[in-house]
Amino acid sequence: MAETKPQSAPSTDAHEKMGFWRQYIFSVDHKVIGKQYLFLGLFMGYVGVFLSYVFRWQLAWPGTAVPIWGKVTAPQYYELVTMHGTIMVFFVAMPVLLGAFGNFLIPLMVGARDMAFPRLNMASFWTILVGSVLLLISFFVPGGASHAGWTNYVPLSDASKYLPGNYWGGNLWLIALAIDFASVLMGGINFLTTAIAMRAPGMTIWRMPLFVWQELVASVLFMLSVGPLIAGVVMLLFDRMVGTGFFLPEKGADPLLWQHLFWFFGHPEVYVVAMPGLGIVQEILPVFARKSIFGYRMIVWAVIVAGILSFTVWAHHMFVSGMNPVLAEPFSATTIAISIPFAVMLFAMIATLWRGQITFSTPMLFALGALANFLLGGVTGIPLGTNASDIYLHDTYFVIAHFHNTLVPTAVIAGFGGIYYWFPKMFGRMMNETLGKLHFVFTWVGFNMVFVPLFLIGLGGGQRRIYMSSVYTFYKPLQPLHVIATIGLLVIIVGQIPFLLNFFLSMFRGAKAPANPWHANTLEWATDSPPPHENFHTIPTVVRGPYEYSVPGMEQDWAPQAAAVDAGAAQG
Amino acid sequence: MANSAVEIGIAHAPHEVPTSFELGKLGMWVFLAGETMVFGGLMGVFILEGISHGGWGSDGAHVNWRLGAINTFILFTSSLTAALAQGAARVQDSPRAKRYLSATALLGVLFLVIKAFEYAGDFRDGFTPLAALFWSFYYVMTGLHVLHLLAGIVVIFGLMFMVTPRTPAGWLERKLKYVCLYWYFVEVVWVFLFALVYLAPTAG
Amino acid sequence: MILSWLPQDVSTFGPSIDSVLKLIIYVVGTAFVLAEGTLLAFVILYRRREGGRAAFVPGESLRQLAWVLIPVVIVAFLDVAIDVRAKPVWDLVKEQSPTPALTVKLEALQFGWEFTYPGPDGKFGTPNDLVQTTFLTVPAGQVIRLLMTSKDVIHSFYVPQLRLRQDIIPGREIPAWFEVTQPGKYEIACSQLCGNSHFAMKGILRVLTPEEYQQWVSQHWPKSGAGAGKSASSARSSASGTKG
Repeated sequence: MAETKPQSAPSTDAHEKMGFWRQYIFSVDHKVIGKQYLFLGLFMGYVGVFLSYVFRWQLAWPGTAVPIWGKVTAPQYYELVTMHGTIMVFFVAMPVLLGAFGNFLIPLMVGARDMAFPRLNMASFWTILVGSVLLLISFFVPGGASHAGWTNYVPLSDASKYLPGNYWGGNLWLIALAIDFASVLMGGINFLTTAIAMRAPGMTIWRMPLFVWQELVASVLFMLSVGPLIAGVVMLLFDRMVGTGFFLPEKGADPLLWQHLFWFFGHPEVYVVAMPGLGIVQEILPVFARKSIFGYRMIVWAVIVAGILSFTVWAHHMFVSGMNPVLAEPFSATTIAISIPFAVMLFAMIATLWRGQITFSTPMLFALGALANFLLGGVTGIPLGTNASDIYLHDTYFVIAHFHNTLVPTAVIAGFGGIYYWFPKMFGRMMNETLGKLHFVFTWVGFNMVFVPLFLIGLGGGQRRIYMSSVYTFYKPLQPLHVIATIGLLVIIVGQIPFLLNFFLSMFRGAKAPANPWHANTLEWATDSPPPHENFHTIPTVVRGPYEYSVPGMEQDWAPQAAAVDAGAAQG
Repeated sequence: MANSAVEIGIAHAPHEVPTSFELGKLGMWVFLAGETMVFGGLMGVFILEGISHGGWGSDGAHVNWRLGAINTFILFTSSLTAALAQGAARVQDSPRAKRYLSATALLGVLFLVIKAFEYAGDFRDGFTPLAALFWSFYYVMTGLHVLHLLAGIVVIFGLMFMVTPRTPAGWLERKLKYVCLYWYFVEVVWVFLFALVYLAPTAG
Repeated sequence: MILSWLPQDVSTFGPSIDSVLKLIIYVVGTAFVLAEGTLLAFVILYRRREGGRAAFVPGESLRQLAWVLIPVVIVAFLDVAIDVRAKPVWDLVKEQSPTPALTVKLEALQFGWEFTYPGPDGKFGTPNDLVQTTFLTVPAGQVIRLLMTSKDVIHSFYVPQLRLRQDIIPGREIPAWFEVTQPGKYEIACSQLCGNSHFAMKGILRVLTPEEYQQWVSQHWPKSGAGAGKSASSARSSASGTKG
């Protein structure tokens, strides 16, 4: 990995003569790499949505032929849910929030010309692309993709006799995951180094936008939590392919070990995704409320505290797993404690709106929608993090609804908000507002139509991963809720048509974007839209914090972070 | 990490990266933090499994601690030569730095050769990765370490190849700052592995 | 009204779990409604107005931060209250094990349930053990102890009406207990993905009145083994009186 480029004065001739391939495909420019990640994430995201469409249809109308797919068999059903989870978490949320937004924005926001290690950055994208391709290939190997659930619990995922014929699917799942982790590790090295060491003059740590803070903490969480799981993935691959018995009880190992490794990573991972998503919301809210974020330093400390606490909560996924029940109490307490920093963040975001001047542009709608649903996701974590009620709710649809209400608002709804907000900076053109609002209404209403019923299914005792709910009589009264949820999903899918039209048409036909269309303060708006090859004509000098909106005594209601010389350009 | 260099803010030389940070070194520290968690996780699991089995018993007694001890000594020596190479690079004495680097890399190769003999001996005695849980751990942990060492050797040979009389002064010094950091890390990992895999089970 | 979705509750500890759940839903529901209400109110009240200018409230002074910190302290207090309230319930269900009237061994396997009764001598591993598949027949109003093992992968014993769920791990024996208040038939579901037919891994918990149960015992349990020399009636009494 040690391939690094000394960052002395960047060569200015670099951006003049580059062929198409060097400029758009094998680019080392963080902006191009960010966009590549965005396209990859969007593509994988729609693959994930398609999978959910097939299994949700099966859940609503069991046994009927799904349009475009046909009848769903039980092994197919488990393949679909496994791959939906894997793709969405590891190949959509991470590439979009870290890869796309992190890559595109961190250097721009801190005032750097590029990432610290541009070639490592490029390697990170190509690595995750290989992982994505391997994962997609696994659908077509004999036996199909992994059926073992996205948590891949052993021994089900270990000895191939338990999932007959799923040998290569399971192996490719592990290999793709290891590659994905390697890619995000490379990205994390870049994010941390860039944000720590490449800030523009005047960009003190207490002037960094919250998005940068959140990416920073998320990267630290990822780097420190994924190691043991990488070791676990290697061990499990050895079990499957060599015949060792790291996780097999008959060889004297403890199957719970995998769960500990998985969730020691898995819980911080939730925040790896949630934090950048909240960061996007925290960038959008002040701009469209024309107000300073409420309690910038308090939010930063809350993020850091949440990050530290996130290493102490993992076993709340394992209350009823058979681990020593005495352990459930400390883990219940830490889990409840972690709600406090998040409460700080959420309340601060709500307080930001107080006495603001709110414009309901598309990015703001998505930000508000994300905030509203993240609140729901947050509060529904309490009955799951409380050990006594988790006995009943564990592994029901309540869990599904809860974590979709944390991950979708941050990764998808805030992610879309981020696309609408930074699209002018990324592509130099504006997106269409009407289509954008249409997209918001369909996506947000559809999303709630899917997941509010799922809370009720969970309360009714309906457990997840049931291919044919008619097996159980206690499921009968819950079945209509599945129908509502599936219709909600269809609403979401219809809502993606205006988005895709808007996204691709605006890219070429949209109105030319000014440098700072939203009158925002942060540094990325202090340069052209799209930014030139090395981001800034002159590296800006930062003179103030990122959220000084409507400061009394100022004529404008915004005050760019960059010193006046660049602010003048930004108004153009 | 202070941001003092940033705050001093030399507005008219904005291309310059704050000089208090060596990007390569900082990036390497971040990378090694992640690596520590990979090896730490593996070792942690090994320790926990050992405890839950009440020690590794007779399985662990067969590990060849003599070759392990020799290898520990070899890696220590290689770190010494790496440090000497850094010292030579600091005074811009590239030829001497290159000599020390080649010693470092060759000691690394010697480690691998001895390790290969050790693996061969283990296999001959029937201690394959499938022999017992202890041996599965043994091969995965030492194997992962071997891969890291191999990467280090390749990078050091690469560096030596890239240093020509025309190489700008200070280039090698900068590179060695993080390449040697990596080398020391690989050595420290080995020390832990030696204690865990060779000494603890044979002592118990 | 949300709680009306909960299924029938027929175990002795079920009402305690439900009460924790209710407490959480009331507390958290109130907080949720207040937060969303505030959000909605702000969004409506502070729409952009021509010529308007937003207030400058950076929230850096403690006096301003109090607006966020006081609600957070209240949330923290409620969190602790929930935790304190939940602890005894967790203890009751998962940590205590009341003296059972009947101990049954449960073996989960892909894809079914096997229940072993100790038989008239009250001991497992003797020839007069009774093995039943799928159906777990127990008396109402008595503490039943399950000793659960798995033959292959991880399964989970889950009966919604009991509010009981416990994963079953291969290589270990995991205990669980319950006492049913109402006779009836309840479904046992596996709630941990255990393979392609996971969804169909259904068992039936048959809860009989004590009288019916005694009848079932006398009909189905093996008569005492050749050498044991116990009468059926003493076998019955030992079956309901011994620990596993």
